[in-house]
Amino acid sequence: MADLLPEHPEFLWHNPEPKKSYDAVIVGGGGHGLATAYYLAKNFGLTNIAVLEKGWLAGGNMARNTTIIRSNYLWDESAAIYEHALKLWEILPEELDYDFLFSQRGVMNLAHTLGDVRESMRRVGANKLNGVDAEWLDPQQVKELCPILNISDNIRYPVMGATYQPRAGIAKHDHVAWAFARKCDELGVDIIQNCEVTGFLKDGNRVVGVQTTQGTIHTEKVGLCAAGHSSVLAEMAGFRLPIQSHPLQALVSELHEPVHPTVVMSNHVHVYVSQAHKGELVMGAGVDSYNGYGQRGSFHVIEHQMAAAVELFPIFARAHVLRTWGGIVDTTLDASPIMGTTPVDNMFVNCGWGTGGFKGTPAAGLTFAHTIATGTPHELNKPFALERFETGALIDEHGAAAVAH
Amino acid sequence: MLLISCPNCGSRDETEFHYGGQAHVPYPENPNELDDRQWAEFLFYRDNTKGAFAERWLHSTGCRQWFNMLRDTVTYEIQAVYPMGAARPDKAAPAPESGTASTAPDSTTTGTAAPDISGTSTAPATPAAGTIAPEGATK
Ligand SMILES: Cc1cc2nc3c(=O)[nH]c(=O)nc-3n(C[C@H](O)[C@H](O)[C@H](O)COP(=O)(O)OP(=O)(O)OC[C@H]3O[C@@H](n4cnc5c(N)ncnc54)[C@H](O)[C@@H]3O)c2cc1C
Ligand SMILES: [Zn+2]
Repeated sequence: MADLLPEHPEFLWHNPEPKKSYDAVIVGGGGHGLATAYYLAKNFGLTNIAVLEKGWLAGGNMARNTTIIRSNYLWDESAAIYEHALKLWEILPEELDYDFLFSQRGVMNLAHTLGDVRESMRRVGANKLNGVDAEWLDPQQVKELCPILNISDNIRYPVMGATYQPRAGIAKHDHVAWAFARKCDELGVDIIQNCEVTGFLKDGNRVVGVQTTQGTIHTEKVGLCAAGHSSVLAEMAGFRLPIQSHPLQALVSELHEPVHPTVVMSNHVHVYVSQAHKGELVMGAGVDSYNGYGQRGSFHVIEHQMAAAVELFPIFARAHVLRTWGGIVDTTLDASPIMGTTPVDNMFVNCGWGTGGFKGTPAAGLTFAHTIATGTPHELNKPFALERFETGALIDEHGAAAVAH
Repeated sequence: MLLISCPNCGSRDETEFHYGGQAHVPYPENPNELDDRQWAEFLFYRDNTKGAFAERWLHSTGCRQWFNMLRDTVTYEIQAVYPMGAARPDKAAPAPESGTASTAPDSTTTGTAAPDISGTSTAPATPAAGTIAPEGATK
C-alpha cells in the first residue's frame, strides 16, 4: 500500500521573519489556525496576516489525532456545522490542489445495549431529517461491511447493531495541514514557527498587539486557535474560558495487509479503529480523567482500549503496539466547541473542539474567518458562542453524538 | 499511571481513584442572589491551570473518601495530598473560600513552579477558616 502514498514534498512554505505589524494575527498553527488564515485570505482578501506557532506546524493535536471525519451528530446546530465541514472536505483536495488521501470509507458506531440501540436509531432519524447520510445496520449487515468484527453473542458486550455513515471516513492529517499551509503561503500569509505568544498588548479593552518569543507584533485583530492551550492564552488576555485540558492518547500497530475496510467506533466499550493507508491499525479511546498539559497519559487507558479492541476484533490479538502518544484536548462540559467574540475587543476565540475537532477543521476555519473579518458570527458558528454558558442554550452532544470523535 | 497516596490507605494505583476536578470551589453561600453570569461561573467555569493545580480525588474502590491533591499538570508530579477543608498547602494564607464562586483564588499559576513543599505530603497545619461547603462529585 505504501506505493499509494504521494511523494513527500520538500518546501511548501517560506519561513519569514515576523513583520512589525499585521491586519490580523492567528495564534496556533494547527489545522484550525491554518484553515482560518486560508479562508481569511481567500474569502476576505486579508493577506497581511500571520499564523504564529510556538512549536512546529501541526505539532499539536493536528498531527496526533486519529483522523476520523464524520457529521452524524445529533443536534441541529452540530449537524449543520459538521455536515458543512464534510462537504468542504469533499471539495478541498481539488481546491487546495493536494491529495491528502481523504477516503470516504464510512464510519460505523456500534450499539451494545438496548439504550445504545435506541439512542442510535434516534440519531439516524435526526441525521436523515438534517440531510446527513445515515443508516441503521443489524449485526449481520455490520458483519458484511466489516468481516473482521466479532458479532457473536458470547462476548461481554455483543454487537446489537450499528449506525453507519457512508460518506464519513479518514484523511491524512499532516498532509491536510501542509495543504492549507502551502495555499496560505501562496496567498501571502506569513507562517511563523517557533514563535510563542507570551502576552497581549491592549489599549483599554482593545487588543492591539501580541508579545512573542520573536518580539512584539502589532495587530488589529487576534484569533485564538490554540486548542489545549486556549485557557492559558485567555488568562494572558484577562478572561476565562469554560474549558478543561485533558490528555487524549492514541496508538498504532505495525503495518499490516489491508484487513479493515471501514472505521469502527464503539462508545460503550470505548475504542475506535481504522486502518491507515500505509497499513497501521490506528486506535484511540477516551480522555485521561485528570487535567493535563503533558501530551501524555496513563498506561491503563491504553490497556483498556486494547482489551476492547481485541474482543471486538479477535484478529488483532497478534498485532503489536508500535507507538503510543498523547495530545492535549480542550474539553467543554457540553462537548461542543466555542467560537466567537470574547470579553476583549478585537480578540476572537475558536476552541473547545476537544476530542473531535479534526473533522471540523474546514468549517471552523471558514466560519471563524468570517467572524474575525466581519466581527460578527457566521450563521453556522453563532450557536457556539461563549454566551451559551450564561443563557443555558447548551448543545449537549455528550453521548448523543458518540462520546469522542 | 499515577501512584496516588490516599491519606487513609496509602499508595495505590490511579485506577482505584475517581477524579473530581478543581478543589476549593464552594457552593454559593446565597444561591438566590447569583445572576446568570455568576451561575455560569459556578456551573461551567473552572481553573485550567498549567502548573501546580489543587484538585479533588475520590478513593472510590478503597476507603471511598474524598481528599485534595496538589499536582503539576505538566509533569504530573504529585506535590502534596491534604484533607478536604484544609487550605492549599503552597499558599501562605488559607484559600479564600467565602462568598460567591465567581472568582477562583488560584488562577494565576501559569508555568511558574510552585513553592517548594516537598516533604509535606500529608495534612497541613492550617485548617480552613469557617464552614466548608460540601464538596461532592460534580463530574
Ligand atoms: C489522540 C487524539 C485523537 C484525536 N482524534 C480525532 C479524530 O479522530 N477526529 C477528530 O475529528 N478529531 C480528533 N481529535 C481532536 C483534534 O485533533 C483537535 O480537535 C484539533 O486538532 C484541534 O484543532 P487544531 O488542529 O488547530 O489544534 P492543534 O494542532 O493542537 O493546534 C493548536 C496549536 O496552538 C499552538 N499554541 C499553543 N499555545 C501557543 C502560544 N502561546 N503561542 C503560539 N502557538 C501556541 C500549539 O503549539 C498548537 O500547534 C483527536 C485529538 C487527539 C489528541
Ligand atoms: Zn483510601
